[in-house]
Amino acid sequence: MKKNNRYYTRERVEKNIITLEHGSGGKISHRLIRDMFLRYFSNGMLNREEDSAVIDVPGGKAAFTTDTFVVKPIFFPGGDIGKLAVCGTVNDLAVKGAVPKYLSCGFVIEEGFPGEELERIVRSMAEWAGKAGVSIVTGDTKVVGRGEADGMFINTSGVGVLESGDILGAERTEPGDKVIVTGTIGDHGIAVLSKRKGLDFESDIYSDCAPLNGMLSDVMKNADGVKFMRDPTRGGLGTTLNELAGSSGKGIIIEEKDIPVKEAVRSACDLLGLDPMYIANEGKAVLVVSPESAVKALEVIRRHEYGKDANVIGQITGEDNRKVCLRTRYGVTRIVDMLTGEQLPRIC
Amino acid sequence: MTRYVDEYRDAGLCAEISAKIKDISRKPFNIMEVCGGHTMSIRKNGIHKMVGNNIRLMSGPGCPVCVAAVSDVDKAAAVSLTDNTVLCTFGDMMRVPGSKMSLITARALGGDVRTVYSVQDALKYAKAEPDKMFVFLAAGFETTAPTIAAAIIQAGSEDVRNFSVLSLLRTMPRALEAVLSGKPARIDALLCPGHVTVVTGTEMYRTIVAKRGVSCCVSGFEPADILRAIYELTKMHEASEPGLFNAYERVVEENGNLSAKRAIDEVFEPASTSWRGLGVIPLSGLKIKEKYSDYDAEKRLDIKVQESAEKPGCICGDILRGARVPEDCGLFGKTCTPEDPMGACMVSSEGTCAAWYQYGK
Repeated sequence: MKKNNRYYTRERVEKNIITLEHGSGGKISHRLIRDMFLRYFSNGMLNREEDSAVIDVPGGKAAFTTDTFVVKPIFFPGGDIGKLAVCGTVNDLAVKGAVPKYLSCGFVIEEGFPGEELERIVRSMAEWAGKAGVSIVTGDTKVVGRGEADGMFINTSGVGVLESGDILGAERTEPGDKVIVTGTIGDHGIAVLSKRKGLDFESDIYSDCAPLNGMLSDVMKNADGVKFMRDPTRGGLGTTLNELAGSSGKGIIIEEKDIPVKEAVRSACDLLGLDPMYIANEGKAVLVVSPESAVKALEVIRRHEYGKDANVIGQITGEDNRKVCLRTRYGVTRIVDMLTGEQLPRIC
Repeated sequence: MTRYVDEYRDAGLCAEISAKIKDISRKPFNIMEVCGGHTMSIRKNGIHKMVGNNIRLMSGPGCPVCVAAVSDVDKAAAVSLTDNTVLCTFGDMMRVPGSKMSLITARALGGDVRTVYSVQDALKYAKAEPDKMFVFLAAGFETTAPTIAAAIIQAGSEDVRNFSVLSLLRTMPRALEAVLSGKPARIDALLCPGHVTVVTGTEMYRTIVAKRGVSCCVSGFEPADILRAIYELTKMHEASEPGLFNAYERVVEENGNLSAKRAIDEVFEPASTSWRGLGVIPLSGLKIKEKYSDYDAEKRLDIKVQESAEKPGCICGDILRGARVPEDCGLFGKTCTPEDPMGACMVSSEGTCAAWYQYGK
């Protein structure tokens, strides 16, 4: 066993690292669940420690989503895998127009994972679940052997309640509708990349990871005419716009000069040969709104902590070509295509 | 990033230069932009739409990923699948198809492939893991060659026994000759690769101007750089006075970079090399000299692959020579796409076909 000051404390070493015992389902597992997960996530449903949580769904529809988080490194400027796991799923519900209520949480932890790091992550999840107003009501923990999970993977699934009548969707968009992005693009992906081994460049870039449900429900309440929302995570803004064009069957035109990008992100992208259009965001949304409601929607978003740099970046065109066109700052247009594969692996 | 980049992106400045070009351009004018970096900047910023209707910008063979031969990829894949051997490569080589697989597939099958941003990363890995052989896949032109040479020299002086280089390095002069002497597409001028010229200096272009009457302008990569270079070339073309102009004076000197050239001469020697789409071009590649054979992966490892042919229907050779355009190809956008590239011009994101596909005509 390596003699490492982090593990060799006065307490028994077993208290400081996760072992296969913690995933076995026996007493040691239960102790971990009680001392770690129940301690931080505590709520009536979870505390019952049953196989399933029974939740209330008011008459109507519920939104249901899932996501698995494999980000590397686990801790990055502006967040960690736990914060991502909560905010990512909350946002997937929020962009559908649902009020996020309940999350499940499944951990796959590699044997040898430091206990204090797990605690940091769990504490972070509890903090952000609280800020987002959601409860983690059911969960699961598995531990796998050394080398079988690269640290930790987390899956969260989420249930949200759909309050308003009209369901958002790409098919509702029409020519002339405005496309809004709620802030600067590329922050998350570059923040994560800056801490990858072998890259390590100095930057002031922090992940934008944040729960957007408060802001987006405000927009839905105060600006009629929101037709579509999506969070541009893996694949970035470019991919999301292509998905929208594909699903709606329409064309989109955007203005390069109107897309908000932090100077530091632009420089990092220049250095690494990356395009901010395709870099993951974890605290941004793309909205399509009717032209009459664009001004109001923008106003509401900009009042929020997470929407200060929001801007109208373009609109849906009258062409049915499923293409996303960009007018460059030089006044000429070119296509924004979908990426072929990954630009950056394991970014969320 | 100001003083070297930002002002060369200024929209007002670019509009001015664009207007000047359109003002003087009368004669039909074919300019070959040799370098993949130029192709990307032109397509991404829409510069080809800012030069009026008389000027045609044609893409050339200056994309090291595009021109890597099928057998090059096969060698790299074979290296990665060898026990206790790690292949370190730039990311853009990962998707290039070999005869049976790309490096992405080789990695998925258990090959040890690591993407790196620099040859120095491979050297660092080699020092940290002495029980494995680290092979760096050196794809690039004269811009990249000096850093590879320096790494080999460093490995020698630090006695790093488990580091070697699989050289796919190529050089511009012979390739430009091959393109200009090939089947006619009239190439009136060359937009010359800015960063290659930082290393080589402008000598090779003088020969081209003198021998072939083809104007050459060395250009940077920002929109204003490229537009200015096009303007200078147009002036020469309209006056029927072919010449050489350096429009990248802020980093390019006439004699190039002497220590970079010395490093290349120390470690490498010219060799006949196969260019995807162009065939074998004599003295167009860089082979590691005998005295550094300890760092030559071809000598250290037993890599045997078959020579393989281009896919039928692929007209990459003609496209790289500027004779035809992607739309002329029956495979373009149908069986040949960025996800499933058939030939050189689609495999790299800087390739002509990939750029046309991604950014539109």
